[in-house]
Amino acid sequence: MTWYAFYGALEQGFVYGLMVLGVYLTFRVLDFPDLTVDGSLPLGAAVSSVAITAGVNPYLSLLYAAAAGFAAGMVTGILNTKFRILHLLASILTMISLYSVNIRIMGRPNMTLLGKPTVLDALTGLGLPPYLASTTLFGVFGLVAMAALVWFLRTELGQTMIATGDNPQMITSQGVNTHTVIILGVGLSNALVALSGALVAQNQGAADVGMGVGTIVAGLASVIVGETVFGCRTVTRALIAALLGSVVYRLAIALALGLKFGEFSFTPSDLNLITAVLVVVALVSPNIKRRFRGRA
Amino acid sequence: MITLADVVKFFHRGTVNEVLALNNVSLEIARGDCITVIGSNGAGKSTLLNCLAGSFFPDSGTLRIDDENITTWPEYRRAKFIGRVFQDPMRGTCGAMSIEENMALALKRGMRRGFSLGVKAADRERFRAQLRALDLGLENRLRDRVGLLSGGQRQAMTMLMATLVRPRLLLLDEHTAALDPKTAKQILDLTREIVERDRLTTLMVTHNMHQALDFGNRLVMLHRGEIILDVRDAEKAGLTVQDLLERFYTASGERMESDRMLLG
Repeated sequence: MTWYAFYGALEQGFVYGLMVLGVYLTFRVLDFPDLTVDGSLPLGAAVSSVAITAGVNPYLSLLYAAAAGFAAGMVTGILNTKFRILHLLASILTMISLYSVNIRIMGRPNMTLLGKPTVLDALTGLGLPPYLASTTLFGVFGLVAMAALVWFLRTELGQTMIATGDNPQMITSQGVNTHTVIILGVGLSNALVALSGALVAQNQGAADVGMGVGTIVAGLASVIVGETVFGCRTVTRALIAALLGSVVYRLAIALALGLKFGEFSFTPSDLNLITAVLVVVALVSPNIKRRFRGRA
Repeated sequence: MITLADVVKFFHRGTVNEVLALNNVSLEIARGDCITVIGSNGAGKSTLLNCLAGSFFPDSGTLRIDDENITTWPEYRRAKFIGRVFQDPMRGTCGAMSIEENMALALKRGMRRGFSLGVKAADRERFRAQLRALDLGLENRLRDRVGLLSGGQRQAMTMLMATLVRPRLLLLDEHTAALDPKTAKQILDLTREIVERDRLTTLMVTHNMHQALDFGNRLVMLHRGEIILDVRDAEKAGLTVQDLLERFYTASGERMESDRMLLG
């Protein structure tokens, strides 16, 4: 792998790391498999791109994107808790609706940001080459978001969220409305995902309504890779593992794309299949291991 | 004072499986009452308790705690007044979290939770002291995950957590039934100790007649969703298992399926 590809993987790992932290929050903390992310990633991209095009400061546009993501997550949370729709289905409904919403926001299926100001301008202005600027900036974003989540999950509210995912009966009998916690949690998760989408759009210079396809699978793969490689004994450790897992996942993909077997090589369009297989293997292997250990 | 007035609860209403779980139940629980509730399977014991806890709302009738009408309060809102220990030791504590984190969650029962640190250094000493009183060695394991503890240890913790903030009503749902006899006795002793120390108003559902006679100052027997016996103080103290079986027979006209209740 070239250095250029390595930095590319690092940059992707960090920028999608925000999304992975969001997926960790729903999938592991709240025990809520949330497919909304496939729609909220392009939602963040769309909101940020439209805002920048309208002359809004690129950093401020990130806030708008996060707010939009939070709202999308809340919709899923409300569908699940107040209307008692199965979490998976609730999130699919939101995801599907977001496809239409995103096109409405942009006015078309995709838009370019070429020549527009982005959050990267400040760093490239300092003379950093673009690939280093984006890696550094996204690394900072990833670390800050991770640290914020570490802090949040230790607060009273954060502890309530962990308990809601682990034992809703217990936390209800301690006086907590689990519905509110789930709505907040799924909202927070999707705010992170939308933030990630906004940064991706600003980095690649375009937002596209199809850019979210497979987000959840990539997110799950990253979470699982992180847990396997770096462990998850404490919440703090698991959050670090989620962010690093995202980096390792992108590195693994960069490696896979560089492989050549005679005539055959992988193309980027094979990624979804590879990732899905990876997730299946990771989800199934503990059961298989247990079965072998049980017989031995 | 906790009052149930004419509480009716059907399950699967309007279907062939319709069950009348509570049939016009009225009960006044005075402050400091410690009531044991017995009855055969399907008598409505757990329904009565869950109805008080707010797991579901009654079809008709009213529930009051100290002049506050809580009939339509959801479970999480009632938790402000009610401490609860479940039959399943896994349900009352959070296995993925540490001992101190669980205790800190219980310390905030019914209160607003914000952005201050969940486990505060100042509370740790208090947790340690309370865990030491359990005599299970948990005071040195504050940061251990609760999932590592045994059922008995978890039930002891649930008992502690349910009473960390003084509840106006303590609900115990056969909370020793899933434990081995020795551990069950320990938990029951702990329950008695806490209830007497804090003079807690308590409702304990049990399958075990000896336990029901031995514990508390008042005994309520349910049958087919109705209260068929309600005795207290001196009258309760004089009762034997044989008396209970006879009272059950005269009140219900049926023999009690008694082996599990005697042995359980």
